[in-house]
Amino acid sequence: MSAPLLAVDGVETFYGKIQALRGVEMEVREGEIVSLIGANGAGKSTLMMTICGAPQARNGRIILEGRDISRMPTHQIMRLGVAQSPEGRRIFPRMTVLENLMMGAAVTDGAHFEDDLARMFTLFPVLERRQGQRGGTLSGGEQQMLAISRALMSRPRLLLLDEPSLGLAPLVVRQIFKVIKELNESQGLTVFLVEQNAFHALRLAHRGYVMVNGVITMTGAGKELLAREEVRAAYLEGGAH
Amino acid sequence: MADTTTAPAPSAVEAAPAPSHTSIVIREAVIAAVIAAALASILLGARTDIAPGGLSLEYRPWNIVIAAVVVFFGKLALGFLGPRSGVDLGGAFSGLAPSGDALSHAGTYVQPALLVLAVVGPFLLLSTYGGSGARQYIELAILILTYIMLGWGLNIVVGLAGLLDLGYVAFYAVGAYSYALMALHFGLSFWVCLPLAGLIAALWGVMLGFPVLRLRGDYLAIVTLAFGEIIRVVLLNWYEFTGGPDGLSRIPRPSFFGIEFSRGDGGFADVFGLAYSPIHRIIFLYFLILSLALLTYFISIRLRRLPIGRAWEALREDEIACRALGINTTTTKLTAFALGAMFGGFAGSFFATKQGFISPESFTFIESAVILAIVVLGGLGSQLGVVIAATLFIGGFEFFREFEQYRMLVFGLSMVFIMVWKPRGLISRREPSVFLKKRKAISGDLVGEGAG
Ligand SMILES: Nc1ncnc2c1ncn2[C@@H]1O[C@H](COP(=O)(O)OP(=O)(O)O)[C@@H](O)[C@H]1O
Ligand SMILES: [Mg+2]
Repeated sequence: MSAPLLAVDGVETFYGKIQALRGVEMEVREGEIVSLIGANGAGKSTLMMTICGAPQARNGRIILEGRDISRMPTHQIMRLGVAQSPEGRRIFPRMTVLENLMMGAAVTDGAHFEDDLARMFTLFPVLERRQGQRGGTLSGGEQQMLAISRALMSRPRLLLLDEPSLGLAPLVVRQIFKVIKELNESQGLTVFLVEQNAFHALRLAHRGYVMVNGVITMTGAGKELLAREEVRAAYLEGGAH
Repeated sequence: MADTTTAPAPSAVEAAPAPSHTSIVIREAVIAAVIAAALASILLGARTDIAPGGLSLEYRPWNIVIAAVVVFFGKLALGFLGPRSGVDLGGAFSGLAPSGDALSHAGTYVQPALLVLAVVGPFLLLSTYGGSGARQYIELAILILTYIMLGWGLNIVVGLAGLLDLGYVAFYAVGAYSYALMALHFGLSFWVCLPLAGLIAALWGVMLGFPVLRLRGDYLAIVTLAFGEIIRVVLLNWYEFTGGPDGLSRIPRPSFFGIEFSRGDGGFADVFGLAYSPIHRIIFLYFLILSLALLTYFISIRLRRLPIGRAWEALREDEIACRALGINTTTTKLTAFALGAMFGGFAGSFFATKQGFISPESFTFIESAVILAIVVLGGLGSQLGVVIAATLFIGGFEFFREFEQYRMLVFGLSMVFIMVWKPRGLISRREPSVFLKKRKAISGDLVGEGAG
């Protein structure tokens, strides 16, 4: 089997003296959707941010396409074909939708800007209608669509999404997950998805990981994890739509 | 004035004895009055007088009473008319002055009109008041333009990049001393020194930038404040180099591309066949600062539409998101500091050549405060707001010069007033840096600008 696109190997991350990740092992292969689920405070966002280099891992290695990126500054990692829709979306509130999208393309040479913009507007037509509107005035769902599109503007090979479904209506959640699936199937985009919404995340994913207190406790195919009694009991109570 | 009856008193209709708006406002006003009285009892209530055998304290209780009463009614008025009262003060005043939004919408007409006015202004003044009468007005305009330029320069750092800089005057000082020292020691002309002084100031901007890269908000403000003071104290104490408190004098005045503004043969008046008049130099200085200010304006407008300008604004909005998008926040911040400092340095060179004499006294913290006030009250990031605020403040300062003792009072009151009336500054609307595009009709230059 070929080497994974992203491999996380024994990663430990600390916030001061508090240890948030305790030796995480996981990998994402080219063309996969991989979901990471876990309770609030398990360390999911910390893992995603550690992959991006902020905070940096104290121990362990993070290998992207055979290269150790665990000591690189964030802005360099994001130039290696990684893009992120961070927790809380982090749209630039006073800038327009179009300007937000331009910021997403900041690492590119701009040659494909027009095409990429058209692609985003096809994925999320609402963004085209809202392109002159300030980011902060969009609805939660629109902001999430913008955050994903902004990340995609850098033409990433690996897309990292942190809780894209958070606080959104079920209908909007379904739309967003549908787009993620489409991107993966039609363009071979590799996706690493962090979610508390275990039902959607695991149904969508090729493979899934379960994190508890900073370590991976379970792994397997998405549907297989979804069928397991421990997962259903811990993460699906009242969570399924 | 605003109709206070539109602010409903909820308890008037409710059965439960919840405190009404009126009683809350009155209670707050009483508290404010008590605090004012306490402060005034020390600051205003006692005065030291020279008495036989030393100093004596003279008590002036009426001052305390007056202060308390003024604050009481002021707070009362704020309570009924202020932002939380439900009465739209902005609306109440919209008949008096065009609102900021209207102003920035009209910007397309206002700005060219202001430019034309700025160009023909001095000649209008000359023909109205004559050479000697117009002089004071043109000098005031020079002063205002200097602050507009400083405001636009600082706007890059504070308004666009969102880095609160309380020591901007340091770069003004660096520019002034760079020019003065280079001109005095090496005899370099103004036009050679100007870019050099800008460059030196920019270097200092980077030097300040490095240690404060990790700081934000109030911490950044404190460090930049200290930086401004350090520069001033060094200028004050490095006697051999800077002249210390005596400053530097006999700084060369600017020439009209090599032609001096002097009486007699080869002077400006002689070469152009005019009768000699000192106003020529003043008018030249006016157009010099006008061009420097316009340079600042056009460069910052242009930068805003470039990737670096957008990165500054994005940095102001969300630093973490910026890094997540692959933006190098270090270089982004440093370029903002450097460019802001460079324009401060240009303005400083101009100041030195205009005055012919500089000393550390011209570069105190209050200068930084005034420039920052112009940027903040004008509306962070707004170019036109800076013009309006600078004109109001600097013009107002001069206007109130005869009432020397009330100047700071009026300055303070107007700041409070603007912050209550328009908390986001006179012009708070942010113009997008790119405009609506129809799909597939995106112009070529936009594509180019998408580059990092
Ligand atoms: N910036 C931070 N400083 C200190 N502790 C943090 C910080 N961010 C997260 N943590 C802690 O690290 C742990 C993991 O948090 P996080 O990764 O946000 O969890 P999740 O995303 O799974 O909800 C939690 O205990 C949280 O309190
Ligand atoms: Mg999280």
